[in-house]
Order: sequence, then C-alpha cells, then structure tokens
Amino acid sequence: MVEYKKAPIKAKDKMKQIMTNYFLDAYSAKDNGKKIAWITSGGPVEPLLAMDIIPIYPENHGAMIGASKMGQKLCSYAQGLGYPNDLCSYALADIACSKGEKGPIGQLPKPDLLICCNNICSTVVKWYEIQARYFDVPLFILDTPMCHTGFSYEIRSYVEQQFYELFLFLEHICKKKFNQERLQHIGMLSIQAQRLWQEILETTKHSPAPMSAFDAFFHLALIVTLRGTQVCVDYYKELLEEMHQRIEQGICAVPQEKFRILWDNLPIWYRTKWLSDKFAQKGVCLVADTYTSAWCSSLKYIDENNFLNPLSEAYTRIYLNQGIDIMADEIIKMIEKYMIHGFVMHSNRSCKPYSFGQYDIQNIIRAQTGIPILIIEADMLDETKFAEGQIESRIEAFVELLETRYEA
Amino acid sequence: MISVGIDIGSITVKCAVIKDNEILATSLDLTGFDVKKAWNKVFYDTINKANILEKQIDYIISTGYGRESVDIADKKITEITCHGAGAHFLDPRVRTVIDIGGQDSKAISLDKNGRILDFVMNDKCAAGTGRFLEVMARAMGVDLKEFGNLSLEAKDPVKISSLCTVFAESEVITMVSKGKKREDIIAGIHNSIASRTFSMANRLQISPPIMLTGGVAKNKGLVKALEKKFAQDIIVSPFAQLNGAIGAAYLAQNHKK
Ligand code: SF4
Repeated sequence: MVEYKKAPIKAKDKMKQIMTNYFLDAYSAKDNGKKIAWITSGGPVEPLLAMDIIPIYPENHGAMIGASKMGQKLCSYAQGLGYPNDLCSYALADIACSKGEKGPIGQLPKPDLLICCNNICSTVVKWYEIQARYFDVPLFILDTPMCHTGFSYEIRSYVEQQFYELFLFLEHICKKKFNQERLQHIGMLSIQAQRLWQEILETTKHSPAPMSAFDAFFHLALIVTLRGTQVCVDYYKELLEEMHQRIEQGICAVPQEKFRILWDNLPIWYRTKWLSDKFAQKGVCLVADTYTSAWCSSLKYIDENNFLNPLSEAYTRIYLNQGIDIMADEIIKMIEKYMIHGFVMHSNRSCKPYSFGQYDIQNIIRAQTGIPILIIEADMLDETKFAEGQIESRIEAFVELLETRYEA
Repeated sequence: MISVGIDIGSITVKCAVIKDNEILATSLDLTGFDVKKAWNKVFYDTINKANILEKQIDYIISTGYGRESVDIADKKITEITCHGAGAHFLDPRVRTVIDIGGQDSKAISLDKNGRILDFVMNDKCAAGTGRFLEVMARAMGVDLKEFGNLSLEAKDPVKISSLCTVFAESEVITMVSKGKKREDIIAGIHNSIASRTFSMANRLQISPPIMLTGGVAKNKGLVKALEKKFAQDIIVSPFAQLNGAIGAAYLAQNHKK
C-alpha cells in the first residue's frame, strides 16, 4: 500500500514572484509609457494585451484584501462614506482603497481607462461608473445579455459589434491601430493557459487529490490576471507537471481522504486556512469548486484558428451568466467527474448572482444525485458576516451525516 | 451499559443518564458564564439522582455549542445528530424533528433508523428562536410561562411583519400602545415564529410525523400555531429541552470504551 503524505506545493514561491513582478510593472507603467486599465474579472483582457495595456483587476485585489483579513476595515470605511452594507464587499473595499485607505499592497496603480463587462453581475456597472467619475477616466461597458437557456444569433451579433467598438475605443486611447494579428497570438496563449488550468484542476480526479480547491483558490490569480501571456502558460505547465509528480509520489492535500467535496461560490478569503484545516481534520477534501473552474468553462466555445470569431460567445456564456438549469447541469457533471460525496454551498452575502439561485440549484442537485448538501452563510470579504460557532456546528454535523450515509 | 449525555446550549446545560436503553435520570440548569462549572454541577446532580457512581459509567458523549469544554466526554457529537437520535429514541415513528432552541432553530429529517438524512439551521439571527419569545414576553410584561395559554384565547391575531427581533419588539410595543388585545398580539408573535420555522423547514422534504423539541415545546400556543402552519399534528417531545442530552446518551449506548 502506498503511504500518502502531505507536502506544500513547490511552485507556490514562483507564483508569488510572478505576481510581484506583475505589480512592479504596473506601478512603473507611467515611466515606461504604458497605460493601465482596470478590468472586471470576467472582462475581455486579450484586446488590452494586444495594445500593450496593463490590466489590473480590482476583484483580484479584493481577494488579496480578504486573504490579508483587511476586508472588514475597508468595507466599514466605505460604508462610512454612505455606501450600503449590502453592496458587494469587493466594490466596497475597492472604493475605500481608491479614496486613500491602505490595502495589503497599499493602493492599486491608478487607471487610465476602465473596462467593465457585466457577464458576472450588474454591480460592476455601477461600481465602475463610480470609479470612472472619481478618477475621471474613460469607461467602456461591454454588455453581455443573460443566457437563460442558450445562445442566439441576436446575442452573438450584439456582443460582436461591441467588440469592434472596444477595438476602436482602445485605438482612440492608445492613439495607434488595433493589431488583429497580435490579438490572434495572445488569444492562442490565453487558450493554452485555460487548457492547462483545466488540466491542473482535473488532476484532483485522482483520489487522494494532489491538491485541494483551497490550493486552486491561490493558484487562480494567474489565469485571472495574466492569461494571454507566455509567463502564465509556462507557470501552469510547471504546476501541472508538479501535480503529476505529486500523484506519482503519493503526495496529496488530505492524506486520510475519506470524503470528496464540491464547493460552490467564492472562497471565504479570510477563513481559507481555518476551513481547510477544519475539513482536513475530518478527512474531508474539497477537491473541486464551481468558482475556479469558471476560468476554463468557456473553452468549449473557442476556436483556436480564429480567436476573434467566438470571442463574443466565450465571454457571454460564462458560468454566472446563464440560467440555473444550465448551472445545475454543470454542477452535476462535476459531481460525476470528481466522484463527489457532498456539496457545500457558500451563500455569499456579497455576490447576488452567485447566491440567488442556490436553494433552487440545491433542490435540482438533490433530486438528481441524492448527495448531501450543506449551505453556509458568510461573505467572501466581510468578516462580520461570518459566525464561527454556527458554521463550525454545521460543518461538523454535515460530516457526521456523510459518515452515516457512506460508512454504514 | 450505563451511558451519559451532556448537552451544553447557549442558555441551559442538560444531562441524561441511560441504562440499558432506559432513562434513569435527567436534569438541567443555566449555563451562565462558567460553562465548566455549569456542566460539572448538572452532571453530578444527574448521576446522584440516577443513584450511580461515576466509575460505573461506560461512555459519555457531549453535544451542543459548548461540547468541546467537556473534558470527561469520550466523544463529542453535534447537536444535530443528537437531536435526531433523541427524537428517534423517544418515538421511533418520528421522521422530522423541529428543534427551537435558545439561540437557534433547526429542522432535521430522519430515516427509519433515526439516521440524519438532511438538516437545516436558521440564519444568523434570533428571529424564530426561544430568545425571540423571551424578548417579546419582556416587551409585553407577561411571564413567559403564561404566553402559550394566553395566545389560545386570541380571537383576531395581529400580523407581525418584521423579521428582525429588535424591530419586531418595537412593532409589538406600538401595538400595545394602540390598545390591541394582549392575547391577539401574543398569537401574532407565535404565528410569526411558526411561519419562520416553516419556511426554514420547508427547505427539507418534510415527512410526517414531526416532533417538536427544545424549551419552547412546552408552549401550547406555539404548538398550535405550528400545527396550523404545517397542516398536521405535531408530537411534542415529553422531554422538550432534554432531547439533545437524551440523544447523546442514547448514541453512547452503542459505544464501548
Ligand atoms: S457581486 Fe459577485 S460577481 Fe459581482 S463583483 Fe461582487 S463578487 Fe464579483
């Protein structure tokens, strides 16, 4: 019998270095004659790279704020400015930092332009409008209609038209011609990175899993911020290789893996360590999640030979921009693919599009798979919305339920 | 086989001793600030009542929010599993347990062997819990013990629209000052808890029969409101608050040190 053991993922240090370099580049953009665009996490980054613009992701910054446990302080600062408690905590924290409050890396480099795509939510539209007024910079809004049941010709042409407008917008700002060939090249790199990311996530099909969703939450930063670059592709190649080695050497996330869990919604950034330990103590491994896999979920619509063509479809048909029946279908596929014993849904106060349909999705999944499902209420950033005692009890009771279900 | 269950809740500590599947003794007391002192007292009270010596005990299970503080426990199990087990022990027909405790409420569905199929707990909020009732009783200047019986006399229950305990309290005070009848307001309060409990429990597949546990199970007015809302009879646990401790002791019956 193989002796399974736990060990940290080696590539981690390299990733920290890559992220540091990325921010250093961004902070010195002005000196190097480069422009900075703030962009939403689901926004089309490839056209920016094609124009040598450095993309900055306030949501990624939000994750860093959460992981450094600075969310509560920043959210309450923004609330003090009059923004409501119910507003997404990424927006609150970003607004607070823009007004001079310090985050984990101080403040983000100031934007020259803003790109907002509402494929993730409508909050981002108002949030970016506020920032456009505050920084007095141009804002481009890419409007992607919700795909309740599928895609249509009308949606395609409507979104495609906006892509051409985006190119013109970028030409105008950069005062140079948009380079379609360069876009094709960057698009290829982006697709390659998404494929690698998918392969990395799929290594957890192996039991015990060589990494957990908590590791995926960390390593996600590159596919969000640097997809379309060679650095990103090279890093994920290395990470994938390491995952294969870990499987061979019996290195895994939870050596006593008894139960495999699927996670829904954003991580609870300030509690990832706590949750990961809590689950691991009980032999539970979060092997997959609907969140990190969203960054490779539109691969099926992409055409490598012509990146531009399906761009509108790929950016419109993302996980959060579809009806709950489609979401439930994707979850069921994941449950089968990863041999899942239980499903834990984070009902996230901040993220309405992610949390709104959860009870219906729960019913669909329960009816179709019969696996136990737990819903825990919290917030990805704001610690005041996390009740440790209650969440602890729920998790423990859920594990007891899994034990009676599967060990009887 | 002698086993003990200790349930440490936010408001009370409960203990039960079971010998060969028979309840020998139970007791309860306030939790207070010193949890350790509280369970020690209740534990020794109960074994004295049961007329057994500590060394005769084969297995101890602790449960409830304070379960980790019980260092003499052989095992710690959540109150969800213990409430399910307690209800099954007291009445094996039970398929759904509704527990309304001091600061939370939960619904649990059971299979025929008393195993948990699914559960839900209330949101991070006191509405729909025992604490809500306490606050309302205080706001109305009525003894909590009277609450249930008074509401049975209601002719025209008021509607409490606020879900928040604090806001509901001011709503109730406004109604008192408007001269609404006491019993109608109390019935309105019970209806509000019943509908909250119903919408929580409805996230599960509710199979009959339902058993109500927790301190509020003694409140006849609330039981009536719940029966109306769930459109079925509800079995009231004869041991109300002690259900979790009994469940823990019952689960401990199947363990050997
Ligand atoms: S509401 Fe959700 S999708 Fe929108 S910015 Fe906040 S976390 Fe992201």
